[in-house]
Amino acid sequence: MRRARNPSVTIVPSDITPEARYLSRRTLLAGGLGLAALQAVGRFSRPAMADTAAAGPGALTFTRNAAFSPAEAPNSYRDITTYNNYYEFGTDKSDPAENAQGLRIRPWSVTVGGEAEVTGSFTIEDILKPHPLEERVYRLRCVEAWSMVVPWIGFPLGDLLKRFKPTSKAKFVEFKTLYDPKQMPGQRSSVLEWPYMEGLRIDEAMHPLAIMAVGLYGKALPNQNGAPMRLIVPWKYGFKGIKAIVGIKFTERMPRTAWAEAAPNEYGFYANVNPAVDHPRWSQASERRLGGGLFDSRHPTLPFNGYAAEVAGLYSGMDLRRYF
Amino acid sequence: MRQIAKPLVFAACLLPALRLAAGAFHVAGVSLGADPVAALLHTCGRWTLNFLLITLCMTPLRDITHSVGWLRFRRMFGLFAFFYALLHFSVFLLLDQAGKLHAVGHEIVKRPYITLGMLALLLLIPLALTSTAKAQRRMGRRWTRLHRLIYAVALLGVWHFWWQVKKDIREPILYACGLALLLGYRLWKRRQSMAHISVARFARTDGA
Repeated sequence: MRRARNPSVTIVPSDITPEARYLSRRTLLAGGLGLAALQAVGRFSRPAMADTAAAGPGALTFTRNAAFSPAEAPNSYRDITTYNNYYEFGTDKSDPAENAQGLRIRPWSVTVGGEAEVTGSFTIEDILKPHPLEERVYRLRCVEAWSMVVPWIGFPLGDLLKRFKPTSKAKFVEFKTLYDPKQMPGQRSSVLEWPYMEGLRIDEAMHPLAIMAVGLYGKALPNQNGAPMRLIVPWKYGFKGIKAIVGIKFTERMPRTAWAEAAPNEYGFYANVNPAVDHPRWSQASERRLGGGLFDSRHPTLPFNGYAAEVAGLYSGMDLRRYF
Repeated sequence: MRQIAKPLVFAACLLPALRLAAGAFHVAGVSLGADPVAALLHTCGRWTLNFLLITLCMTPLRDITHSVGWLRFRRMFGLFAFFYALLHFSVFLLLDQAGKLHAVGHEIVKRPYITLGMLALLLLIPLALTSTAKAQRRMGRRWTRLHRLIYAVALLGVWHFWWQVKKDIREPILYACGLALLLGYRLWKRRQSMAHISVARFARTDGA
């Protein structure tokens, strides 16, 4: 796998994570025991309380990947878990934290299909078992021009995809969210076409920055953040980070994606963060960093959300105004 | 009761602003959430629309209840619409855009939904300035004509809201329906009275 030699981020690990989290980290194997613990925390107690503590149920074992972590301080656990765009649970930012608590994330299976040698239905335990978890502190830039910094726990997406031995025909990967209007009340209205679909070009998917996240702040992912497993592609707008994944499919043609389908003139397949290409109705040149308070002025948005050194090469020769 | 009704309503109209102020300064455990600027912006915008529609409700309520009491509150509601619109714009100018006038100017010109909102705010200014009883007396019929601008302001306001919503337009649709009802009522009334006038005229010629 390609490793970025000169990450465009400065590393000051001590700035990022309170020491208490290291001291309180519990050891759980990524196998059955850890997963049982993961399962046990489908329901979180008041998220507001736990700004830093990674102790207690749901604590994950992971190493920090400092190479991919910026110097910026992460947003509070409260902000990250109460301000979510997850239309399956409602369109208000506060809806998912309220409505997602009933989602059953075990048993959970993921169907893998399309242009690959290994296909079929896999339990989430089978999917996660071989992958050591690492923490990556990533910037998250929403297409709505706000941003956060999130300490995700996950593993490289490419490591997972390679296990299915995609064939030479696999040019794209398509992801699908659970469709279950009983558990996901937002799916009863037709705000978007359900199930939510996302996709990446295969080289994007194999890029070491793209991860599958199963936790944040050292603990299992809360339901409102996409449990049990979600995609994180930090150089793209947040809506590419599909949540509660139940389907992975390798395809030869570009898959349809929820937002590009809903408003093709406003959202593209690539959706790379790009300050030079405005949303038709608002500017993408700057962003409001959440947690900065009332008087924190807008921050300039960086090309590829600040990950240009690592990923710009994926798009050399492409007209990014056209392929927005 | 009549004496305290107005101060009571006035205080009630201030509540949303007080709640926002409490949230902005973290008073009494009130919070504006992870994105306080957006919360201020959107809440003030919503209350502008609410007060515009409430103002437009007064005349139909007078007609339905046959009580002119409603009109005593119309000016206050209209001025509160202006108050929240000013707050909304101030949050945009001072907090969202950090007071950078060139950036704001650029946004107003470039984003059609902001152009609409700005236009609505500008049109509200003459209405607020001529809201006194004195101005009303002095202007006579011209006052009535001028204050019909509120229909345009409400239309622009709802349109402004509709255009800035990402995808879930259920709420703008609600406002649009409310407004359609209120404006439709006025059109219907006008037709009724026109019909009346022509009937009256006909009756007169008939009599002569």
